[in-house]
Amino acid sequence: MLEIKCPYCGKRSQNEFAYGGDATIKRPKLNTEVSDEEWDTFVYYRKNPRGDHLELWQHISGCRQWFKAKRNTATHEIIETYELSSNKEEHS
Amino acid sequence: MKKYSVFSLINNAFSYHQNWDVAWRDPEPKKEYEVIIIGGGGHGLATAYYLAKNFNIRNVAILEKGWIGGGNVGRNTTILRSNYMHNANNLFYEKGMQMWRDLSQELNYNVMYSPRGILNLAHSDAQMNTYSRRGNSMRLNGIDAKLLNREDVKKMIPFADFSSNCRFPIFGGLFQSSGGTARHDAVAWGYARGADDHGIDIIQNCEVTGFDVSNGKIKGVQTSRGNIKAKKIGLCVAGSTSLLAEKLNMTLPIEAHVLQACVSEPIKPLLDQVVTFGAGHFYCSQSDKGEMVMGGDLDGYNSYAQRGNLPTIQHVLTEGVALFPNLSRLKMLRTWGGIMDMSMDTSPIIDKTHIDGLYLNCGWCYGGFKATPVSGLTFAHTIAKDEVHELNAPFRLDRFNTGHLIDEKGIGTKTWIS
Repeated sequence: MLEIKCPYCGKRSQNEFAYGGDATIKRPKLNTEVSDEEWDTFVYYRKNPRGDHLELWQHISGCRQWFKAKRNTATHEIIETYELSSNKEEHS
Repeated sequence: MKKYSVFSLINNAFSYHQNWDVAWRDPEPKKEYEVIIIGGGGHGLATAYYLAKNFNIRNVAILEKGWIGGGNVGRNTTILRSNYMHNANNLFYEKGMQMWRDLSQELNYNVMYSPRGILNLAHSDAQMNTYSRRGNSMRLNGIDAKLLNREDVKKMIPFADFSSNCRFPIFGGLFQSSGGTARHDAVAWGYARGADDHGIDIIQNCEVTGFDVSNGKIKGVQTSRGNIKAKKIGLCVAGSTSLLAEKLNMTLPIEAHVLQACVSEPIKPLLDQVVTFGAGHFYCSQSDKGEMVMGGDLDGYNSYAQRGNLPTIQHVLTEGVALFPNLSRLKMLRTWGGIMDMSMDTSPIIDKTHIDGLYLNCGWCYGGFKATPVSGLTFAHTIAKDEVHELNAPFRLDRFNTGHLIDEKGIGTKTWIS
């Protein structure tokens, strides 16, 4: 069982959370010309690293807030979690 | 290769089975091969086998990081089926089903193919309609499909929950009688023995650490056992595809996820078919040893760990008990996990790449085992002829740019959403 620290509620069991996937993907800017390739990359292509992975989680059965987690995909260790608004440098 | 037969069995009994030939050699890697297949799982071994058998390309090496059959081919729930909706999937997997029928004779190795039938249960009128549509699609492609009503299903699995107060009552189901199971390890071993017999080198404990590419053409690989040159290289590494692609500066429409399965303690014969629960994600069959083999959802987060967490097992088995209440008395024998290469439309990719001589076989999600023979056949064709086979023509990588997705379920990597 993973224990995930919600930045708002503290440590809770994995059962309370929903996964939102890779947090490093950036949606192409609105109201600008977007090439097909840029759009396809945004929709389908993933770095899919083995090791540290920055990802989105939602505390769906708790405060329902979205937040970011840095988690190791090889060991499942959750290194840190923080609020979406946090300006921490995103790994890429 | 000495053929296995009843005579060889009797013959070897006289020497107390001490003098059987090894099934495959353990060769040192040569400096150069015509084709290198990376990944000694079912698909890699089958690809090498068909390269030799169908295209007479025998100067081939299979490089395996661990031992052959230690990955997903040894970790699946052994289900064979071709009960899809889309033509591309129907035709591709049905070719596979035809190959399974003769595979034991073809390989002279008993893969314990058991066409016991697969039953997808429906729990609402809407689901019956969907199954009727899918069944018709299968029949139009020459695949056997039969829509069963509640009474038919009750005759097949009388111990399922048919009570009046059940949360997800069984309305009926879609039955593919040619579906079934095969002994997964035997498939890997049978293909390995067949490939070795054709002179192909199976090199285990040999990890690929890098690629030699020059002028957009593949030249060879760097491995933990030295550099090896090759004209053509095929990637058959399932869950590790993105890691090797990264060494080639390629990003793929794939996420790695962990899928767990489990078996119960062995019991007397109970379940004759493969049965799937339609109100969630749970599938079950009984192995020849008597264990109930069960699986369901992905854990639901990116993972390379080959082991999952208990909440998913609990969730899946809750569905199992909802379907078969008598499962609740069984003890679990073991659980395990495998890394699925989840493609973004839940369909595989078998294709050439932008690098000349580099071929890609990945994105099997959790349907790779049943495709082992046909994946090997079409991938061998793609490598040998440098063009896709008509069966894998829809499964090209560029479909994510052209929009020709094969979105069988329309759920992509987030299969737990269904």
